[in-house]
Amino acid sequence: MLSRRIIACLDVRQGRVVKGVRFRAHRDMGDILDVARRHRDAGADELVFYDIGASPEGRSVDRTWIERIAGFLDIPFCVAGGIRSVADARRVLHAGADKVSVNTPALEAPDLIDALANEFGTQCVVVGIDSRRAADGDWRVFSHTGDAARIREQPQRTLDWLVEAQRRGAGEIVLNCMDADGVRQGFDIEQLAAARALCDVPLVASGGAGSIAHFSEVFRLADVDAALAASVFHSGAVAISALKQALAAEGMEVRGAC
Amino acid sequence: MRVAVIDAGGANLGSVCNALQRLGAVPVPTADARLIEGCERVILPGVGHAAAAMARLHASGLVALLRALRQPLLGICLGMQLLFEHSEEGDVDCLGLLPGQVRRLQPAPGIRIPHMGWNRLRLRDAGSLLEGVGEGEPCYFVHGFAAPVTSDCVAWCSHGQAFAAVVQRGHTAGVQFHPERSGATGARILANFLSGALACG
Repeated sequence: MLSRRIIACLDVRQGRVVKGVRFRAHRDMGDILDVARRHRDAGADELVFYDIGASPEGRSVDRTWIERIAGFLDIPFCVAGGIRSVADARRVLHAGADKVSVNTPALEAPDLIDALANEFGTQCVVVGIDSRRAADGDWRVFSHTGDAARIREQPQRTLDWLVEAQRRGAGEIVLNCMDADGVRQGFDIEQLAAARALCDVPLVASGGAGSIAHFSEVFRLADVDAALAASVFHSGAVAISALKQALAAEGMEVRGAC
Repeated sequence: MRVAVIDAGGANLGSVCNALQRLGAVPVPTADARLIEGCERVILPGVGHAAAAMARLHASGLVALLRALRQPLLGICLGMQLLFEHSEEGDVDCLGLLPGQVRRLQPAPGIRIPHMGWNRLRLRDAGSLLEGVGEGEPCYFVHGFAAPVTSDCVAWCSHGQAFAAVVQRGHTAGVQFHPERSGATGARILANFLSGALACG
């Protein structure tokens, strides 16, 4: 049976791992290689590297650190940030990444999703969606979320964009619930469950993890395939080994919990 | 040991080469027939589309070479699917080194496609390529198509349906998961391939 995945997310800026709260005030968390190795050894099923400066600054993701990571990592990893073209994606994948995740560039040019899926297969193509409840009560997509000064609300409803992204060839969706992000009060179960109902490909919950109970809750109540977190893993507030043991004790299929 | 890693336009070339280096082998990423013939092992990796990959192999003149290889050959993910007779992905004839048809995995309630993540190996024949690998060990899968469980299947996996996870027939082998991304279990299987688990043809 397929395991529920625990994904550690590393927000990367200039080769360092950083973490912001509600997408602001980034704090240095250490060298990218050290943090990646620590999470791998702790039992993370997968790592995601978000080059959070790339999209807002309008540049492509830097591949030198991807090659460093790929040289030692023996679990899958995905790279996000600044991938605007098939050529960008090819560079990242050839540097050793398993998947590419597109967010702002896919909003600006949705055909990018089709092009990536046609070139590399849907299984390589992750679409990241940053979403929060807008003034009218609907969930809306936000772009340029790597830079507080440039965050923009998009016209799309989150759930409409999720359906379109799948139709265009997204092989996985990461739904980052911005209202919950960084505040450790739990995942946005309501939004994730609504997304799950429309999402036929793997769905990754992001934003809000604060405790082991939050992970259990999001798997049970929103039926997501994976849950992603950053700061609770960096700080050790949630130990991945203890998290997996707790999930296994509840009868969930997880990797490496004995 | 020099290991040819065939460049058929797939995207996981780098990670396969890295995994080989971690095991002390010398990866030779290439689409050149002479270079491939000079290597002691051949790996056919693959991320992408079956018809596109077969078109690239034909364009590079490698189809006949792969069919006639005498050194051990390991197909990874799409590369394993290409070992079979035919794939539904692009309705394409493949290398035909193993009997069977590769078909699309079918979605069902709770069964999302692509099959993406860690899943357990179920052993049918624990010999050679799976030496030292235990029942139920997890490996990392990413695929939307799969090969059937035939007499060549030495380990299977289940995602809504049973499919071949590891195949082996003479000096030809394949793994549906990504050994280069499957932690210690994947490294063990690659090491078995390098150390002579498969007889030369």
